Amino acid sequence: MAEIVEGGGGGDKHGKKRPKKSSARIDMTPMVDLAFLLLTFFVLAATLAKPKAMEIIYPKEVDDQKDKTKLDDALATTLLLGEHENEVFYYTGVFKPDSTELKLTNFGKDGFRKIMLEKNFAVNDQVNQLKQKLESKEIDEPTYQEAYKQVVGAETAPFVVIKTVAKTKFKNVINSMDELNICNVRKRAIQDMAETEAIAVRMRSAELDLKSQEGYRKAKNKL
Amino acid sequence: MPKLKIPKSAPSLDMTPMVDLAFLLVTFFMLTAKFRNMEPIKADPPYSVSLTQLPEKVMLITIDTLGRAYFDISGRTVREKLLSRMMSRYPQMQLNAEQMESFSKMGTFGMPVELLGQYINAEDDVKEAMDKAGKGIPLDSLNNQLGSWIQEGYYAFVEDATEQGLTKEQLKEDGLRYAIKADANTEYEKIEKVIDVFREKQIFQFNMVTSLAGSDESADANLDTK
Repeated sequence: MAEIVEGGGGGDKHGKKRPKKSSARIDMTPMVDLAFLLLTFFVLAATLAKPKAMEIIYPKEVDDQKDKTKLDDALATTLLLGEHENEVFYYTGVFKPDSTELKLTNFGKDGFRKIMLEKNFAVNDQVNQLKQKLESKEIDEPTYQEAYKQVVGAETAPFVVIKTVAKTKFKNVINSMDELNICNVRKRAIQDMAETEAIAVRMRSAELDLKSQEGYRKAKNKL
Repeated sequence: MPKLKIPKSAPSLDMTPMVDLAFLLVTFFMLTAKFRNMEPIKADPPYSVSLTQLPEKVMLITIDTLGRAYFDISGRTVREKLLSRMMSRYPQMQLNAEQMESFSKMGTFGMPVELLGQYINAEDDVKEAMDKAGKGIPLDSLNNQLGSWIQEGYYAFVEDATEQGLTKEQLKEDGLRYAIKADANTEYEKIEKVIDVFREKQIFQFNMVTSLAGSDESADANLDTK
């Protein structure tokens, strides 16, 4: 449908051919359509393919018992990730095989995040203040980073131990780390689950019937 | 009263500037786009809210649900250097110049060194079958080829950076990063095995590839092999 609109032209009186005076105009609509189609494609393709990454730092192997960081048990929360993706439990303090009650949780916004935001209240408060200061240009980025590290690494800040079994799903580990990032819990570790804890997880899971959809829904509604 | 004259010919709009702009943008996006290599395995990373982008200079280990490990490193010259280093380490793997060329353009691969030459020469459908039947790069303690790839990959990267005139300070800021891309349903034990290989090489910091929570598209790691 591209058409060339010609104004006048043709031979003149003397039979001589002269260049046309008016400019040739081309209908550019299809070309524009095509250009924008390509543009849309590249814009969408470019933004969707960007992979994201989450940084995790693993500790060096510590041989000497003395080198291990001593942490106050009262600040500890342990997250137990079982074989099945629904098996997410936590307890606070020290694990006692006969008295510790494993509480079911999940990675929704009312799950583990709510618990940790409450526990980490003091730290989060300070972090928010720092963020406000950064936004109002009271402090600059490096100062903020330094202060942030101080706040989240404080001795009184709660810490979380994520314990896994061999068959724990990778997404549960990443989800846990994600929640901890959201809650500004920087003192954390990933460890293998002790046998006593693994047994407790299996028992509790069987009790609540977590592996079936129905059992999980029921247990979740009770939270 | 004079009548308002309505022009009979169709109103025309000069679209030239718009077309110019559109093509400029098309050209820009086409030139900045990177081609993604075919990935031999499917690994859908888990979701997270992390907004950090995967670094440009990266060594990427992909792990699928079966625990098979695949290796990839960015930079064509780095890959060439890496391959010649690996050939002197594993004399059973001898590749000619042509094979080295196609290796440097290749993306992720998961073949033991004994089969790598054969894999490079193979047609696409044969490659697919080899990937399906393969066991990834061996990483057990008796035949730890993944460890060798990681170590030589690091040395090849440093060698390449030194040739480009980067100083040690610059490398500290903008050096090689290590990324692990695992399927969301991989058992954590299998990822730990790969992490243990890294830890033996004194590498403790990783970027776990994730897709942004809330987006349906699972993001893929696209490595630049230009």
